[in-house]
Amino acid sequence: MAILFALLIGVLTAIGVYLSLRAQTFPVVMGLTLLSYAVNLFLFGTGRLASNAAAVIEPHATYTDPLPQALVLTAIVIAFAMTAFVIVLALKTRAELGSDHVDGAADQPAPPTAAHKNTSC
Amino acid sequence: MALPWLALPVFLPLFSAILLIALRPLGITLARAISGTSVSILLICVVYFTASGLGDTAQVYPMGNWPAPFGIVWVYDRLSGLMLLLTALLAMVSFLYTIATDEDKKGAHFHALFQAQLFGLNGAFLTGDVFNLFVFFEVLLIASYGLMLHGGGAARSRAGLHYIVINLMGSTIFLFAVGALYGVLGTLNLADLALKISQAPASTYGLIAAASFLLFVVFAIKAAAFPLYLWLPGTYSETAAPVAALFAIMTKVGLYALLRVHGTLFNEHTAPFDLINLIDPWMRLLGLVTLIMATFGVMAAINLRRQVAYLVLASVGTLMIALGINTTDALTGGLYYWIHTTLMTAGFFLLAGQIVRTRGDQIGQTRPPMPHALLAGSLFMMYAIGLAGLPPLTGFFGKTMILFAALASPLWVPIYATVLLSSVLMVVALARSGNALFYRVDHAPLPTELAPSPMPLGNSKLSWVAVALPLSLVFLMVIASKPLTQWLTLTSAQIQDTPRYIQRVLHPSRTEPVPNFAPHPAHVPEAS
Repeated sequence: MAILFALLIGVLTAIGVYLSLRAQTFPVVMGLTLLSYAVNLFLFGTGRLASNAAAVIEPHATYTDPLPQALVLTAIVIAFAMTAFVIVLALKTRAELGSDHVDGAADQPAPPTAAHKNTSC
Repeated sequence: MALPWLALPVFLPLFSAILLIALRPLGITLARAISGTSVSILLICVVYFTASGLGDTAQVYPMGNWPAPFGIVWVYDRLSGLMLLLTALLAMVSFLYTIATDEDKKGAHFHALFQAQLFGLNGAFLTGDVFNLFVFFEVLLIASYGLMLHGGGAARSRAGLHYIVINLMGSTIFLFAVGALYGVLGTLNLADLALKISQAPASTYGLIAAASFLLFVVFAIKAAAFPLYLWLPGTYSETAAPVAALFAIMTKVGLYALLRVHGTLFNEHTAPFDLINLIDPWMRLLGLVTLIMATFGVMAAINLRRQVAYLVLASVGTLMIALGINTTDALTGGLYYWIHTTLMTAGFFLLAGQIVRTRGDQIGQTRPPMPHALLAGSLFMMYAIGLAGLPPLTGFFGKTMILFAALASPLWVPIYATVLLSSVLMVVALARSGNALFYRVDHAPLPTELAPSPMPLGNSKLSWVAVALPLSLVFLMVIASKPLTQWLTLTSAQIQDTPRYIQRVLHPSRTEPVPNFAPHPAHVPEAS
């Protein structure tokens, strides 16, 4: 299970890094979201993986570390708010700059046509 | 004085922010009154903290009375106190400039965001817990996103997008680093982490070092060190002047975190030999490169606000060199320069705002003479002298102290060459800017389409007071150099004294017994 878990985090991080290096805002937002998923799983894993264990401390019982779960909860809330914010901002820049390129319409001398916009990401 | 007063600098802005959101329909005058009262109380409170010598030994306030490794503690020492004081001063200056120029009327919720920003900053400076530091970073960042975009405009949105995306990447890396530290050491309290690192088995050094470098990357993004500084010039030059002035403390948050986290965890008194001061060589090297790139930026900038933004970057480079040398002398000089550069860049952003409002942003363009040109020109000259590091202002003393301390470093030749040459080049660039801004005037009226868009001048006198305020504080620093330097020497000694910090946080003089929780079995180091 540990190897599968580690691979999953690795793949998510790799995809997240690749997407957030793209030049359009939509893949960048997707990449940031995937990165936050990866880090949430990673935080969860820092309490070690255990199945059928309670998150409540009882003496001498098998229990799973509850603190990482609290950390993940905090991280999820923050990442959720940030994602919502960055989506709104991406839409705003898309409307104001007339392009979904992260640097604005720098590489498009002529106003883009509707067809071009649809294929650009 | 009761320790719960330590909570005031954090909770006062929070409650003000909530109140400001609730009472927004009642108009801007009430919002200004609430925000101004909050900032004034904050300033009085932190001045009192500093003057009463509260931080001479680290004061620990356990939130909800949960003792140190289990609950979140707030630690107030001299460094925290200094940062709180700088934040409150900048907040006051920025607030005065905002109400003088009606900047807060350009969009909703300016004052609420402003208070939320102070909430995040003060919390980050007081917390003694790594995860809590992350949370306060997020609070101050999300408030700064709102402030940065305040007023709107396409250029501001574009710069804002870059700023936000790189900071979201930084937050993700921060979480990876915190998770790795917790996974290895089983604690998140700074003092407890330092203690656990000193007892960690050698097999975990690799993971701890990796986490330390991840944290370095995060704090380097916040501090805008090479190669992660590219977001800074755009963000600082596109945002509104009072916001940029408040943001002068934001790069210092990254440097503060480097000093606090790395200074405590990888200290030569407690950390194992292999982990001592891992990042210091990188700090010195990246500081040098940052300073060089910033100097090029100052020389190449064609608009004034971008030039000031590169001056912020130059100060980050110089400070990173000082922190990288990491002796008591270097830290003392660094902290002196730190206060100087925070106040001066904030004031310079406000001055640039004044000049841009009446003259336009392009340095090289010929313009009709601006109103108050004599006042603006005199202030410009003093700010330029201070920031380039010429005597008799504080930039000179700060750089001198750092350079004296640099003699102890093996890199002293490149440090001397870079710092001195960059100062010369900055003098040249700023002299050229001043020349173009104030002497290249055209008395013929401009054609209407070229004239700067008419902006409401607001309360002109108050805005000039706000511009001159940081400068007068810097003059005070010159006069009070000796007592200030002695105070800063004690501060840097306190920063480096990790054993005392651990003792204060983990074993404060408390009467209640510490509950005897056993750590989770996964985090008990194997006996190997």
